Amino acid sequence: MNHDVVVVGGNRVPFTKGGTHYAEASNHDLLTAAIDGLVARYGLAGTRLDEVAGGAVLKHANDFNLTREVVLSSALAPETPAVDLQQACATGLETTMYIANKIALGQARVGIAAGVDSTSDAPIAVSDSLRRILHAASGARTAKDRIGILAKIRPSHLAPVPPRVSEPRTGLTMGEHQAITTKRWGVTREQQDEIAVASHRNLARAWDEGFFDDLVTPYLSLARDGIMRPDSSMEKLAKLKPAFGGPEGTMTAGNSTALSDGAAAVLLASAEYAEENHLPVLARVVDAEVAAVDHPGGSDLLMAPVGATGRLLARQGLTVDDFALVEIHEAFAATVVATLKAWEDADYCRSLGLDGPIGTLDTSRLNVNGSSLATGHPFAATGARIVPSLAKMLAARGPGSKGLISVCAAGGQGVVAILEAV
Amino acid sequence: MKVIEKAYYSPVGKKVAAKAGLSEPPRLRRGRDYPRGPVVLAAPAGSTLVAEALELLGRTSESPVLDTGGDKAPGYGDRIGAVVLDATGLTDLTQLEELRQVLRPAMRAIEGSGRVIIVGSSPEGDWERLALTQALDGINRTVAKELRKGATSNLVYVDPDVTAVDLLPTLAFLLEGRSAFVDGQAWTVRAAGLEEADTVGGPAERPLAGLTIAVTGAARGIGEAIARTLARDGAEIIAIDIPPAGEALANVANDIGGVALQLDITAPDAGERIAALVAGRGGSLHGIVHNAGVTRDKMLANLDQKKWAQVLDINLAAQLRINKVLLDPATQGGLVDGGRIVGVSSMVGFGGNAGQTNYAASKAGVIGLVRAMAPDLAARGITINAVAPGFIETEMTQLIPFVKREVMRRTNSLDQGGKPVDVAETIGYFLDPRAAGVTGQVIRVCGQNLMGQ
Repeated sequence: MNHDVVVVGGNRVPFTKGGTHYAEASNHDLLTAAIDGLVARYGLAGTRLDEVAGGAVLKHANDFNLTREVVLSSALAPETPAVDLQQACATGLETTMYIANKIALGQARVGIAAGVDSTSDAPIAVSDSLRRILHAASGARTAKDRIGILAKIRPSHLAPVPPRVSEPRTGLTMGEHQAITTKRWGVTREQQDEIAVASHRNLARAWDEGFFDDLVTPYLSLARDGIMRPDSSMEKLAKLKPAFGGPEGTMTAGNSTALSDGAAAVLLASAEYAEENHLPVLARVVDAEVAAVDHPGGSDLLMAPVGATGRLLARQGLTVDDFALVEIHEAFAATVVATLKAWEDADYCRSLGLDGPIGTLDTSRLNVNGSSLATGHPFAATGARIVPSLAKMLAARGPGSKGLISVCAAGGQGVVAILEAV
Repeated sequence: MKVIEKAYYSPVGKKVAAKAGLSEPPRLRRGRDYPRGPVVLAAPAGSTLVAEALELLGRTSESPVLDTGGDKAPGYGDRIGAVVLDATGLTDLTQLEELRQVLRPAMRAIEGSGRVIIVGSSPEGDWERLALTQALDGINRTVAKELRKGATSNLVYVDPDVTAVDLLPTLAFLLEGRSAFVDGQAWTVRAAGLEEADTVGGPAERPLAGLTIAVTGAARGIGEAIARTLARDGAEIIAIDIPPAGEALANVANDIGGVALQLDITAPDAGERIAALVAGRGGSLHGIVHNAGVTRDKMLANLDQKKWAQVLDINLAAQLRINKVLLDPATQGGLVDGGRIVGVSSMVGFGGNAGQTNYAASKAGVIGLVRAMAPDLAARGITINAVAPGFIETEMTQLIPFVKREVMRRTNSLDQGGKPVDVAETIGYFLDPRAAGVTGQVIRVCGQNLMGQ
């Protein structure tokens, strides 16, 4: 890379459960709020940035230029260009790498990477049969023809079609896929509930310590993450019924992420730009890797980051012990447990083409300020939530501290990245 | 809006209110506008101080019409904009007659939002001169009460070595609409040793250009008005408020091209965090405005330790801690020499108020802090002053029940509540680099409210 890429900082709105606090807010509204908070934090009002990359997983067709329209609504200079990217739940990390790579190549000096999702603002489509009738009616030559065609509409045609949450190739939902993985890797209910409790408690502690004072800006009068349960406990979680994997399943609403609304943004710059413009620097973007697995062929849907991690560490000559902190996106608590088991599994790692096991993680370094179970997981926003938080934690640990981010995504994909405090 | 409030503002209600003497309050001249009519200048003792300052401001003046005898006072043919009385150099009580001769014909001639400005010598000298100095205050306060249609009267005491350059920003502030809600007040200007070159261009439109100023409690109300007004005058604003107010704070910061800092000012490292932000941005801090404050009202018989401690810590102790950090020369990003500290007191700090022991203590404490710190900071050219707002129209005061609110609005010489911008303009005057001779002062922005001194 020609230029060092640094994380200046980030901003997000508090995340919350879909259909609750942000029920009336659109993707456009949420992302504008996240970017405006970032602009205010770094005094960028009226500034022309080289590019803003953003995206949403659940997106209306008329939001085809979502990020550019958000820029025009924001306090940034209207001459700031923007692009929409989408890689399912890894979108926020992929937008980060898109901007980082441009900066590294010298094509840009400063930019924002972002992601947003609103399950409240999910696009509801009309049924295929209704669409066909409406198209035919608009093509009709006479009013009589048109009425005749429209008369074919039946009540059943009017039922709205919500966005599909299942994998197109397998017909299974993400939870059903993870239930297979959970069973295959022998992940217990206790292991999952422990991760969920730790996520809530760590996040609540971080809030109480003021960790998020310069990472989150309240939105619509919501000042803290709405899903967070500071009083979460093993006893309370033990009472929940299985949500996936049948009556014997171990996955519950308590150890699976909730459908969430939220937006997050990261300010990235070249080291030179940051210095010239007196912007703070938290960490350097070191490297990243994207991977996919053959889930229609039976591979674990959410385990693609394992292969990416192994190849990334090999390329960088690093081991698990070199990382002061590790962030593994908690799609489900079981995803995290299975991922860590896979890191240790020599046969599995070799089956991915790696030389051997990735290693064993000291879990005191894992998701230390909470992750998606407690914070929520607005799909495209999660990567852009993790990057600035991890960068800030690494900066506090001192120059050279390294951190690893691992995010799984629908379609059997995953993105991993390395940050290093400067 | 309650029924009674609706009735009051209905056409019928307005007529009834007018009959009862509650006429529509005058609309005040605000901003940088000067009075429309001419400025009349009188200097009974022959002092040229004010005349020189007016000249530096580029304002012309006219000679006064004097009431030298007879039952019928002579009058001005037309409305006049302001009367400026240079009373410096007066030595004996009989000379007060000369002030009467100037003021009597002027009282009915002054235009709406016109000005009476009395400039007197600071208390010094023999018994008679000290008595005379205090007599000026009585004249000022009474003239302020007698003037109508939004006209104000204020008194400026000047130390012996004060030059026209030192007086210039004060005279400009008083003549302009910026001082709209400052009435019946007296404060002191000291010699600051500024050169005439410092005033080049006269009253600059953007006196704070390029200067970084931190404003606490900037998300809404008076703090928001302060941030916007100082930004209008050219300042780069660090807008500070508690994290839960971050949404409004970000909007204010983006509107004025400033920086938002979500920070609880009672955090032990609050001062360091402000300084670190300033240093990180490669700048230096010209001023800080301690506007953040809360009320936790209870009659003292019901006032617990928590409500007591919270108000005193946020409104008073926090700013003392922050000042100490920002004044430490070792602090990167701290206040520069020649910098400015501005506190926000309250008329309750002067008068006390039932149900507000904690608040009154904190706001009186701000006055004490200003007076205590000013002499110690003088050597570094740093000034510290405070404003003491009276009834200001904000979302907070909008919550006061209507009848009580209307009474609070009306119990001052201008017959109305002030606007947040009125407080902000006075703060802007303190922050002006040319106001180096103004320190240790507390100016009430209250329309001469009846409460307190």
